[in-house]
Amino acid sequence: MNATSQAENQALARAVLELDVNNHAGVMSHVVGLFSRRAYNVEGILVMPVGDGTKSRIWLLVNEDARLEQMVKQVEKLEDVLAVRRHGADHRVFERLEEFFR
Amino acid sequence: MEKQTTETLTGAQIVVRLLERQGVRTLSGIPGGAILPIYDAMSQSTLIHHVLARHEQGAGFIAQGMARATGIPAVCMASSGPGATNLLTAIADAKLDSIPLVAITGQVARAMIGTDAFQEVDTYGLTIPITKHNFLVNSAEELLEVIPRAFRLAASGRPGPVLVDIPKDVQNQAIEVAEWPAIGVADPIPAPAPELIARAAAMINEAERPILYLGGGVVHSGASGLAVALAEKAGLPTVMTLMALGAMPVDHALSLGMLGMHGARCTNLALDECDLLIAVGARFDDRATGKVAAFCPQAKIIHIDIDPSELDKIKAAHVGIAGDVAAVLKMLSPEVESHLRKRWLTHVNGLKAAHPLRTPGIDDARTHYGLIRAVADCLDDEAAIATDVGQHQMWVAQAYPLRRPRQWLTSGGLGTMGFGLPAAIGAALAEPERTVVCFTGDGSILMNIQEFATAAEEGANVKIVLMNNATLGLVYQQQTMFYGERIYASKFKGQPDFIKVAEGFGLATVDLDKESDPRAALAEALSMRGPVLIHASIDRQQQVLPMVAPGAANKDMIGG
Ligand SMILES: Cc1ncc(C[n+]2csc(CCOP(=O)(O)OP(=O)(O)O)c2C)c(N)n1
Repeated sequence: MNATSQAENQALARAVLELDVNNHAGVMSHVVGLFSRRAYNVEGILVMPVGDGTKSRIWLLVNEDARLEQMVKQVEKLEDVLAVRRHGADHRVFERLEEFFR
Repeated sequence: MEKQTTETLTGAQIVVRLLERQGVRTLSGIPGGAILPIYDAMSQSTLIHHVLARHEQGAGFIAQGMARATGIPAVCMASSGPGATNLLTAIADAKLDSIPLVAITGQVARAMIGTDAFQEVDTYGLTIPITKHNFLVNSAEELLEVIPRAFRLAASGRPGPVLVDIPKDVQNQAIEVAEWPAIGVADPIPAPAPELIARAAAMINEAERPILYLGGGVVHSGASGLAVALAEKAGLPTVMTLMALGAMPVDHALSLGMLGMHGARCTNLALDECDLLIAVGARFDDRATGKVAAFCPQAKIIHIDIDPSELDKIKAAHVGIAGDVAAVLKMLSPEVESHLRKRWLTHVNGLKAAHPLRTPGIDDARTHYGLIRAVADCLDDEAAIATDVGQHQMWVAQAYPLRRPRQWLTSGGLGTMGFGLPAAIGAALAEPERTVVCFTGDGSILMNIQEFATAAEEGANVKIVLMNNATLGLVYQQQTMFYGERIYASKFKGQPDFIKVAEGFGLATVDLDKESDPRAALAEALSMRGPVLIHASIDRQQQVLPMVAPGAANKDMIGG
């Protein structure tokens, strides 16, 4: 594979993960620790409380590579993670934020 | 919650009461400033026996020994700061071997957290990657939920360690307790999908050269009998991981013993030929598989495990079944046809005869294999066998006739030197009627030798068999084999007098080097009650063979 096509591939192969979690001080650490421990970079993170504030939603933008399947299974195992949904890179949640990063 | 009359209790008293209600009768730890309220409350407990370890790592492994022997979550305790950091190795070890453990640590008062207070470390942060789950408790009320939940999590699904960090002011906070929560028990596990069971059964029925591959999950799930029954019904030669030893008696006609890095040639050769691998409660660890791409190259794979994240992690399964292995085997067995499988079993028996495990010197009690056999000859299957980490561990794994699940206590995943003595003490405390043998090396024993004091104080029925080769033997072996015989930092220039050391701690001792009849001396030492050090010099040049070089394919074994 030549350099350009590799870069193109990387640009394309993104995934967005949507996590429902309990809202307390350690949850982010638990989630991102799973990625950092595997040297799996998280490209983008968004978190906000939902409903009455006992739960939060975490949005993660990650590179789609062969380990993603295993990553999702590991995230699902966390006690404070209630649900994980996987979206394509075209999900709008990060797109709308782009103007804050110009 | 059940109704009671309201009591005013401190967080510390609540912890102790919840442990009592949970059925905890023995736990191990070391006190210190930040956990003193809990110790003070525990001093009033007539139900809990606190075993004072001499190092928190010892306390962690004592708890592990209890949990490994019984399968029930066990508890260790430590103070904040160095107490907590000393526990980390034992917690990480429990994580890798899926041992149910509840570690309770004291923390500085909430108002001081984050100020670099005396003996403050981020115990919560440190333990995130080595626990199944962890808690930093924020109020005494929360303890009523967190403590039972810690036990539930430790025991549920794939077992593992849970840490509860409790700030000192939370321990001292008094609240009204009107009702007590239910104790924490393992969650029920969803039944496996019947269509997957049917597919797995069809694959087993169609296979010509199947092998059953048992891992530690079989022991955790209490599924050993079911696994043996399945093997017998379907005519399945059976291999075991280090963690599964004892699940099928090694002398069972279908047993091929331990697979992998130090498995017998016949075992790894049979795996190389199999057309179906039925992995049960096993995780395709690199010490078991060798080079993964070359592991069972012709085989389809059925993988049964309680942890869905294990399926397809290392090797993609043709059928992956997430579920409790006992429940799966119960459903699977009736659908599997009885099969004598004469051709394959005859072939496997031929491999066994041609390439058996070689155990030179097994009849001479002054050799490494001979000593292990001589110990076994003095004991029955009721004895429990613990090891430390090194050559002695692998020799015992190869040569001790393990026949009972939970008979075998060894640090598999983390491979922690220093595991053996405290784990053996824990097993002996949990099941005082058993004789617990700890095979150790002269390197490993020094890593937690302070626990001799605990063993003596508790009168723990442990027999420490110290196989002294005056080296860090497994390192010496690797340097000999793979580093051009450049022996460095693995040969001890000086050694303590282990007999005197043990005597100084109050242990009975036997030095087999000085005995004219080592078997008789061994028999006598093993029949004594209480802790005994049995010392035996062995030849430093002996190696664990066969050996698969790290990263090599299992079929390319060296030696043996
Ligand atoms: C805590 C720890 N440190 C280092 C190692 C690496 N290591 C593995 S085996 C071994 C030597 C063990 O020596 P000994 O206990 O005397 O047993 P032997 O191999 O001689 O039977 C070492 C240093 C380890 N497994 N654990």
